[in-house]
Parts: sequence; C-alpha cells; structure tokens
Amino acid sequence: MALVDVNNLEAFYGPIQALHGISFSLEPGGITTILGANGAGKTTTLRSMCGMVKTNGTITFDGENIAGKATEAIVRHGVAHVPEGRGTFVRVTTEENLHLGAYTRSAKSRDQDLERVYTYFPRLKERRHQQAGTLSGGEQQMLAVGRALMLHPRLMLLDEPSFGLAPLIVQELFEILRTINKDEGVSMLLVEQNANLALDLADHAYLLETGRVVMSGTSAEISADESVRSSYLGY
Amino acid sequence: MEYFLQQTLSGLATGAIYASLALAVVMIYQAIDHFNFAQGEMAMFSCFIAWQLIHWGFPYWIAFFFCIAISFAGGVAIERIVFAPIRNAPILSHIVVFIALFQIFNATAGYLWEFTIRVFPSPFPETLPFESKLIGMHEVGVFGITLAMLLLIYLFFKYTNVGLAMRAAAASPDSARLVGINVGWMLSLGWGLAAAIGAVAGMMIAPIVYLEPNMMLFILLYGFAGAVVGGLTSPLGAVLGGFLMGVLENLAGAYIIGSELKLTFALVVIVLILIFKPAGLLGRVVVQRV
Repeated sequence: MALVDVNNLEAFYGPIQALHGISFSLEPGGITTILGANGAGKTTTLRSMCGMVKTNGTITFDGENIAGKATEAIVRHGVAHVPEGRGTFVRVTTEENLHLGAYTRSAKSRDQDLERVYTYFPRLKERRHQQAGTLSGGEQQMLAVGRALMLHPRLMLLDEPSFGLAPLIVQELFEILRTINKDEGVSMLLVEQNANLALDLADHAYLLETGRVVMSGTSAEISADESVRSSYLGY
Repeated sequence: MEYFLQQTLSGLATGAIYASLALAVVMIYQAIDHFNFAQGEMAMFSCFIAWQLIHWGFPYWIAFFFCIAISFAGGVAIERIVFAPIRNAPILSHIVVFIALFQIFNATAGYLWEFTIRVFPSPFPETLPFESKLIGMHEVGVFGITLAMLLLIYLFFKYTNVGLAMRAAAASPDSARLVGINVGWMLSLGWGLAAAIGAVAGMMIAPIVYLEPNMMLFILLYGFAGAVVGGLTSPLGAVLGGFLMGVLENLAGAYIIGSELKLTFALVVIVLILIFKPAGLLGRVVVQRV
C-alpha cells in the first residue's frame, strides 16, 4: 500500500487556483521528486500536504485523510516539511532549533536523537550554541533537515534544498539525504529546480505544468524522455 | 549623598514594577506586534480581585497566588475569546479592541468596587530587619518579589520546552507550526503570562498608590516608557528599561523637575528614544544570512 495517496488535489490562494486536481502516490521508503518550471505548483503541492493552503480533494496518509487538517496536527502524523527558505528560527541557537524539531516527541529520546543528527551533520555540533541566524546558507539547510529528522518523520517534504548553495555543499547534502533515506527508511518528496540532481536522487518523478500532472514514471523513464530532456535537463 | 542613595533605591523599587509591566507589554508586543493599552487596567482589575479576597478574610498570600491564577486564566480567556477571532485583522481592529478592554475593565471595576480610593495591604512587615534610613520594608519586598518573578520567567523561557515553543511561535509562526507547535495556544499562554505578571506588579504598587480604578494609568505609562527605552523586541531590555525609568524618574523628580512634571518626563523619554534610537537600548537588529 502506498504511504501517501493524493487524489484530485486542488489548491487556492484566495481566488487564484494553483493546483487543478493533481493525483499522485508515494511509496513507503521511496524518494519521489516533483519537477516543473517556476509557478507550476511544486511548492504549493508541498504546502497543501501540510495544511498551509486551502485545498479540495483528499490526501491519504497511511490510510487517513489529512487534507484540511491543521498544520500542527499533520506534523504529528510524522510529516516533516523542510520549507523553502529553510524556516530557521533565527533568534535561537542551533541546538534550540533541533529541540524545537522534537517538540511533539517525549523529552526522553531527545538527547539520543540530537546525537543522531550530529552524526549526520557534525558541523551543526560545532555550532550548537551559535545563534542560528548566523549560520551559513548550507549550514542552515542542514539544520533544517536535522530539525525535520528530530521529528522521527515517516515522510519528509523537501522544498528546493539546493537553493542558493554552492555545488559542493549541494553534493554533500544530497549524499546525506540519500543516507538518511536508506538508514532511517524515511520516505521523501523532493521539489527541485535542478532536475538532474533531483532525478539522480529520486526513484520516481512527476512532472507538473501549470498546476496539472503531465507526466509520471520512474526516474529512469522520465530522464529518458525527449521533451523532458530538452526542457528540464538541458541536453 | 544619603539623599541620592535613598532616591536611587526607591527608584529601583518602583522601577521593578515598571519593569514587570514593561515585560508584560513586550511579551504581547512580540506575539502580536501591538501595544496592549489595557495591560494596566487588567492589572488593576486583578488587584481588586485580590482586595476582595482579602476583604472576605482570606490570608494575604492565598489571595496573592489565587489572584495570579485567576489573572492568568483571564488573560488566556481574553486572547481566546476576543483576539483569536481577529488574529489576522488589521491593526486598527486590534487598537479598537484594546481601547474597549480598557474601558470595560475600568468601568466594571468602578461599578463593582466604586471609584473611591481604598487601602491595599502590603504583605511585608512595617519595619526592616536591619537598621536603615535609606529604604522602607515594602520597597525591599517589592524589589525581592519582582526579581524572583523575573528570574522565574527567565528560567521558564530559557530552559523549558513550552517556553522555547512560545518564543518560536512569536518569532516565526509558520515554522513553529511545521514542528507541531499550536501557535494559537502559545499566544493565549503569552496573554495569560502577561496578565499574571501585570497582576503581581499591580499588587506590589497598590499599597503605594492606593487602590482605585484609575490607579494604573500613569504606572503603565512608565511601563511603556521602560519598554521603549529597553527595546520592544527585547524582554531583557524591557526589564532594564523599567528599572532605568524608575531610577531616572525619581532622580529627575528629586533634583531637576520636581514631582509635578514626573509624568511629562516619562513621555519626553519615550519621544526622545523614538526619535534617536527607535530600536531601544537592547532592541535587536537580527543578524541573518541568506
């Protein structure tokens, strides 16, 4: 059974409709990517899945419809959203950011989880008492992923994790994402401008155009498609 | 010299009360970006509740803590009932509601307890345990109680999960929701805390200014001044600003302007700070890399 079944999802910003009935599903333990141009509805899809925009349609997470629930309630199902712009709590320390990530969990397992995150991101440990707003962009992105991990998520929603980062940092980050997916069995839904990068990490892909799914398949199939190659992969 | 010390110490004691009110104002300001004009009237109303309990024969400290609990619950209720429904409304709606709350508390207190001046008891003994002409026992007590309260609040925000969550919810509500924090309830909790802090401040100042429905009007003005001086984005700044206002007010009153112009002094300070250092002494300019 799929971990997530999205059925005929529509999303609205006031009178403007951003998603026109998209449907897709995510396998447990898989990495799926949503590709598309600016304004195609990628970010909106992620925001819909954690109750941050007004939607119609159903989002079935592990057999339960979570569409229309409050964000904080959806988070408690184990959906961790790493938002565009990272959502760092800039005024508190790195470690306090991680503590906040474990807000819904018992305090007992927290220190253990903290060590786990520091194993993935040793640099965060060095900066644990530093105000999070002073971290570099790459470190903040790592902090965002680390904070999401503190939730023990079953699904991670990653919105443009490569945005604004140097290529080497991006490479490092995506390696860690791959490891997390493998070691923790966390399913991931990845939104990326950089289609090459995304298809390399993901096993499935959906292509969005102006709020509609126009193509779906395994990453290999999508990468092989002539139109995708010329429009999104650049070769 | 002795006169100077005396004025400074008693300034610190009233400063402690301004500091509490400034802190209450800043807490709500950080959560919803507006000054709560009704903060003082809420504190005054809390005082009347304590007075009523004492009048009915309850011991002072029972009335004291019961009053704090009621004020906390009242603060939460005000947020839930009045402010939650208009959370996304424009600033003017908030201001209208603040003014309404001000009037409601003021008039209700007058209706229930009349506008006559009443004596509010001090919980502290008449005489100091040590020999001193510099300061009275009530002032020492006010200083001690307020410092203890401020310390508790600091520990709460610094070391508890809920305190951290409240800070997160005030600073970045969207991100807070994404880690599972119920932002609405954190705001309510903030109102509750602010109301409780105000209640303590009120009960500490009431023995000095006497209890009546308009007692907090001028006190709150000093609280505002303290908050502006310290910086509206900094709880620590607000506390320091409050103490500073207490001392400056007293010294200016003693040496320069006399007691008639003390209130003008507070307003002048607000205006000067807003013109020359709008962020206040400790107001944070957030360092952020993108």
